[in-house]
Amino acid sequence: MISDQFPALIIVFPLIIAFFINIVGWWWKRPCFYMSMLALSVSFISAVGILNTVISKGTIHYRLGGWEPPWGIEYVVDHLNALILVIVSFVGLVVGIYSKKSIEKEISEAKIPQFYTIYTLLVMGLLGMTVTGDAFNLYVLLEIASLASYALIALGEDGAPLASFNYVIMGTIGACFYLLGVGYLYIVTGSLNMADLSQLLPNLYHSKAVLVAFAFLMVGVAIKMAFFPLHIWLPDAYTHAPSAVSAFVAGTMTKVGAYVMIRVMFTIFKPYFSTEMLPATTILGWIAAAAMIYGCILAIAQKDIKRMLCYIIIAEVGYIVMGVSVGNRMGFTGAVLHIVNDAFMMACLFLVVGAVYYKTGARTIGEYKALFKKMPLTSGSFAIGALSVIGIPPTCGFFSKWYLVLGAINAQQWLFAAALLVSSLLSAVVFFRVLQNIFFAPSESAHGHESETHVEIKRDEAPASMLIPIFITVAGILLLGAYSGQIISTIIQFTVPEGF
Amino acid sequence: MEYIIAKYNYWVYIVLMMIGFYAMIGKRNLVKKLLGMNVFQWAIILYYVSIASKKGGATIPIVMGAHGHYEPAQAIQYLNPLPHCLMLTAIVVGVSTTGVALALIIMIHRRYKTLEEDEILESLEAFRK
Amino acid sequence: MIILLEDIIIKTICRLLIPFIQLFGLYVIAHGHGSPGGGFQGGCILAASFILILVAFDLAEAKRRFSEKMNNFFNSFGVFLYAWTGWMCLLLGGNYLDYGKLSKILPVDAVHARYYGVFAVEVGVGITVMAIMISIFLDLITGGKHEEESE
Repeated sequence: MISDQFPALIIVFPLIIAFFINIVGWWWKRPCFYMSMLALSVSFISAVGILNTVISKGTIHYRLGGWEPPWGIEYVVDHLNALILVIVSFVGLVVGIYSKKSIEKEISEAKIPQFYTIYTLLVMGLLGMTVTGDAFNLYVLLEIASLASYALIALGEDGAPLASFNYVIMGTIGACFYLLGVGYLYIVTGSLNMADLSQLLPNLYHSKAVLVAFAFLMVGVAIKMAFFPLHIWLPDAYTHAPSAVSAFVAGTMTKVGAYVMIRVMFTIFKPYFSTEMLPATTILGWIAAAAMIYGCILAIAQKDIKRMLCYIIIAEVGYIVMGVSVGNRMGFTGAVLHIVNDAFMMACLFLVVGAVYYKTGARTIGEYKALFKKMPLTSGSFAIGALSVIGIPPTCGFFSKWYLVLGAINAQQWLFAAALLVSSLLSAVVFFRVLQNIFFAPSESAHGHESETHVEIKRDEAPASMLIPIFITVAGILLLGAYSGQIISTIIQFTVPEGF
Repeated sequence: MEYIIAKYNYWVYIVLMMIGFYAMIGKRNLVKKLLGMNVFQWAIILYYVSIASKKGGATIPIVMGAHGHYEPAQAIQYLNPLPHCLMLTAIVVGVSTTGVALALIIMIHRRYKTLEEDEILESLEAFRK
Repeated sequence: MIILLEDIIIKTICRLLIPFIQLFGLYVIAHGHGSPGGGFQGGCILAASFILILVAFDLAEAKRRFSEKMNNFFNSFGVFLYAWTGWMCLLLGGNYLDYGKLSKILPVDAVHARYYGVFAVEVGVGITVMAIMISIFLDLITGGKHEEESE
């Protein structure tokens, strides 16, 4: 019985608890963290329950308020949805556990209850974006998530308010373009429900209004998922944010944006609209190839390690869009698998960088010298995350890149496959620089006295409440790699749209 | 000529949207950018409300003589109220975004004592070096 | 800061008008289904009445009437009213926000229960909008410093 209500529970519980934290935090500051973790745990359990139900019974349709669609708002959960729900709630929970120590250091104590309120609301907004089946409801939840992330990013270090302001401007443009697209679709069909739109639209594909709607929707979603060349807000915003916030948004916001793009292209519009009637997938493919190369080249040029990882995110989004745009089964499987993998990889890397910053205050690559002696477990986690981004087995990154390259070759897009391999090589250059500094650099003492360098550098690991989330993400990377075949056969192969 | 006169609501909203867009990108003062964002959002809301109108003497969607009567309203006499409801939500979203952006502007002004973007970037660069 | 201006005309007229503005705000919330109005609009009018106190009198006077603690409480109380109405429908066996199920605890039939459900939701929205509007205004007027003063 309660499992029928999971799609509503996954959103309502964090919503109520977030405002409880707001009230309770006025008097006692200690329970805020535990209440937030309680809300996120309930969301995670609901997400796993939804995934179980979808695997066994098929698509879930949940009617909010008991009204039938298209008069009411409907929550539709199919395989793609359910997978992303599990990923987002899991990363939210893990980063939330991590955030206790790091937030106490970075934000003043009076603002901690508000931090947990807005963090819970951000996770709720992203989960709601994933679970809804109504186009306008998606806009409302998109704005909830965006507003929460503007506020959280502005809590960071020196240049954070200006970076967040730029993010406000660009994010609003993206959301307003999405709203315009939905408005045009409403004018020509009179419906806002995604399933209803997909039935009413095929007769209207020749009209200009639908074409303009598609263009507005794609540009709006591209701004939100930081697709090259609309990625300009991302490096500044994610670099200056607090560590826990960067770790969460880096792993999830762009991926949920990519999910919205897949929904627009393949659920609202039929697949043949993007592949045959318009050259949309060709254009997306070329821009994605440019994004992959651009992201990796600019990552080489950075000194600040967080900024370097932000440019890697831009390259990763390029991979996902390229997988969608090649238009065959292998590529799409690779894209969805890459959404899952990238959430874990980016969360792992950003969590490690945050832990190092918490312990030593190091942010540039030069300051990472001989980190292996001081924090061996953290450095090992960074190495596994880096190997996964480069795409080395048995980490999960290898499998998704394998499917992407196979998809590009199957579609005979040799240039895309070449761009993918070149960008993998470039990301290898990017990460091997850092790994060389961490593992193989000779440790020099500050004074240069030879006799004092033989003193053992003490192991000063990050605290356990930060190490355990890092280990969980590393275990996730390795397990996703080992079980990727099973994930594809039980979940992902049902998400591929028909005709591929 | 018919394009301009028959679809004048499209022209109005596009002109307003482009004015707001130019202000967001072309101006350097942060408050002017925020005003541009407001004009941008309000142009879209105006457009949505304008598409709700119907030909044939449709009036505003307030049920005439509602108090004490229980007859169903005839939908053909009234405008389409759904875009109006959707835009209520969009207006509140716009106000919230403006509130967040204004709070950020106050934070920036307290730190850097200026609101011109190029001066703020200069002081950031100087601070980093 | 907002300083106290000695102007008896403004103060007297505000004292006379504010109850009527608040009554009008409540009227707008309650008549949302039949005339222009609803939660957001009524909440803004209620907030305008408090902002009128702030503009006509002093900041301290306005805080005496509507303190920070009440503001914080009303923020969340409105959302709770909304969410708990839906939660009650969930517990009574329907989907979330399925107001028809409220007829099990209210002495009306299912159609009227939907009416009362929407009304409860509108009241919740109005309370939250009022509290948030006042909070935004206070933040902007004092440049964010009023939080530091109260601690």
